[in-house]
Amino acid sequence: MTTDTAYVGAGSADRAVRPPRPPRERSGIPPILLLPALIGLSFLLLPMIGLLVRAPWTTLDDELRDPLVREALKLSLYTATMSTLISLVLGVPIAVVLAQGRFRGRGLIRALVTVPLVLPPVVGGVALLTALGRKGVVGERIYDWTGYSLPFTTNAVIVAETFVAMPFLIIAVEGALRGADTRFTEAAATLGATRWYTFRRVTLPQVMPGVAAGAVLCWARALGEFGATVTFAGSLEGKTMVMPSAVYRTLERGDPNAAIVLSLVLMGVSILVLASLRERWISPSSAR
Amino acid sequence: MDLPLERTVTDPVAGGLDADFTAGRGEFTLRLQLAVSPGRTVALLGPNGAGKSTALRVLTGLLRPYGGHVRLDGVLLEGGPVHLPPERRPVGVVWQDYRLFPNLSALDNVAFGLRTRGADKGASRERAAFWLDRMGLTEHAKKKPAALSGGQAQRVALARALAPEPKLLLLDEPLAALDARTRLDVRTNLRRHLAEFGGATVLVTHDPLDAMVLATDVVVLEDGRAVQRGPVAEVARRPQTDYVARLVGLNLYRGKADDGGVRLADGTFISAPIADLGAVAGDDVMVAFPPAAVSVFTHRPVGSPRNVFAARITDMELHAGSVRLHLRGSLDVLADVTAGAVADLGLIPGREVWATVKATETSVYPA
Repeated sequence: MTTDTAYVGAGSADRAVRPPRPPRERSGIPPILLLPALIGLSFLLLPMIGLLVRAPWTTLDDELRDPLVREALKLSLYTATMSTLISLVLGVPIAVVLAQGRFRGRGLIRALVTVPLVLPPVVGGVALLTALGRKGVVGERIYDWTGYSLPFTTNAVIVAETFVAMPFLIIAVEGALRGADTRFTEAAATLGATRWYTFRRVTLPQVMPGVAAGAVLCWARALGEFGATVTFAGSLEGKTMVMPSAVYRTLERGDPNAAIVLSLVLMGVSILVLASLRERWISPSSAR
Repeated sequence: MDLPLERTVTDPVAGGLDADFTAGRGEFTLRLQLAVSPGRTVALLGPNGAGKSTALRVLTGLLRPYGGHVRLDGVLLEGGPVHLPPERRPVGVVWQDYRLFPNLSALDNVAFGLRTRGADKGASRERAAFWLDRMGLTEHAKKKPAALSGGQAQRVALARALAPEPKLLLLDEPLAALDARTRLDVRTNLRRHLAEFGGATVLVTHDPLDAMVLATDVVVLEDGRAVQRGPVAEVARRPQTDYVARLVGLNLYRGKADDGGVRLADGTFISAPIADLGAVAGDDVMVAFPPAAVSVFTHRPVGSPRNVFAARITDMELHAGSVRLHLRGSLDVLADVTAGAVADLGLIPGREVWATVKATETSVYPA
């Protein structure tokens, strides 16, 4: 009745009343920022394009067969994988303590754990030498008792890589554990499960995607590790010369092709890692 | 009133659950005394925030009470310095949201509580398969919880809780997450398994119908206090507060499905939407309708195809805004009428009246 009249009065009677088309949304980017953004983007992309342009595509196969390249590749894969395994064994428990522990000083421990993330890697290498070197705080004892000296061995590479890469795993797993659903933990408890049984059969499967992501990140970081490794383990061919060290060495020796090939491999790995983690880390909408 | 508040279902029992505690979180405090004999089901009935889930958490051992005790089959689970952790209590829980482990199959979910108690993989799976079979879920044994329907998930959750043979079964709003149609099936299934379960059962619910159909006794909780307790029928017929009256006011009868309605044991026929249920004549069913659905006449109403029962007013109570009539006759009925109607019709105890209920106002359930 009255509402009908009001409608007819407000719009035309013969056409369906439709709200006016909203104006196209204006983008909020000030034009003055577009130029520096463009320059910045080119700056980020150019080096990678350069690598692709200068790559010795025709002789790629031969370059990959170069003993130095092959040894470095093998050693890198071995040490990065070992340090990831060690990080899993030691890092997951740390993540559990940080995520579920209720004690004072937890914030301090978390801060200490993340120090290697921001510490310059070369400083990490020096720190490892002072702790585990032949004259180091702990290393001296070990040497006195067993005659074993860690620095400049393949194991030293693994130790250096683990020191730098483990925090990545801890942070990722801790995040996953914080997001884990405690309702299932409670259900498991009422079904007679001890905390350890619950962890193995309920919690761990639940946070597995987080553990996997953390392991991939950790592995990638270990693979690219240079500063701490070179400082603590040196760069001995076939023993401690991992890919990043080999890149540096070949360049120094005036063999840019080998350096480019190694760099290509490392870049390929990085892109693969990025792709495998894209759902978790790249897309802003799915970021948690 | 005539029922002492803290007695009816709380006589000391040899076995079963004997609990008396104070618990809470933050500002909220629950004071609860609860005794459940083996084979009995007590419903904790109340709205959200009444303390039902607090009670549940104390009984499972997930929440330590401020004080008091919890005893189960004579074993002290809680009291003084004693606090048996959840994993060491013979208590099974069916959670409102089921909480089936998403990474395990239905079979392994049911086997979970057997493995934790030391059974090997083969034996526990065999036992779990037996339980799934009892629930009619054998063909779904290998499915992950995400692939199960709500009703199936509920039955897996029930099998998982019962498989380790607990002495106390806790049901947390067992029907709340289900749609109306599934609810009927699951309620029937629950009734059957509760009848076969030898331990004590505590049912937490906000739905009076669930309480009445599934439980033998009810404890009505309000703001962390038990405001009334007793056998289900007693509480329903004699609510002691307006709150309980509103909450549990329900006419509920047991009978057999018949053509177009339900035939009670004494021969009384209530026409009801029996076809919706898919029940066959002779099936045991329950029929329910709220007191507000009952109309009262001083002369026999004519010409309308509804249930008409001659009755006499035996009692009248004033409840927030309406008067509850207790009617006795071919069918004992509770009727809520307005104070105005009471005055207009001259309704007084002893008066002969006709009570009518439309078939469409009634609900039928499998019994």
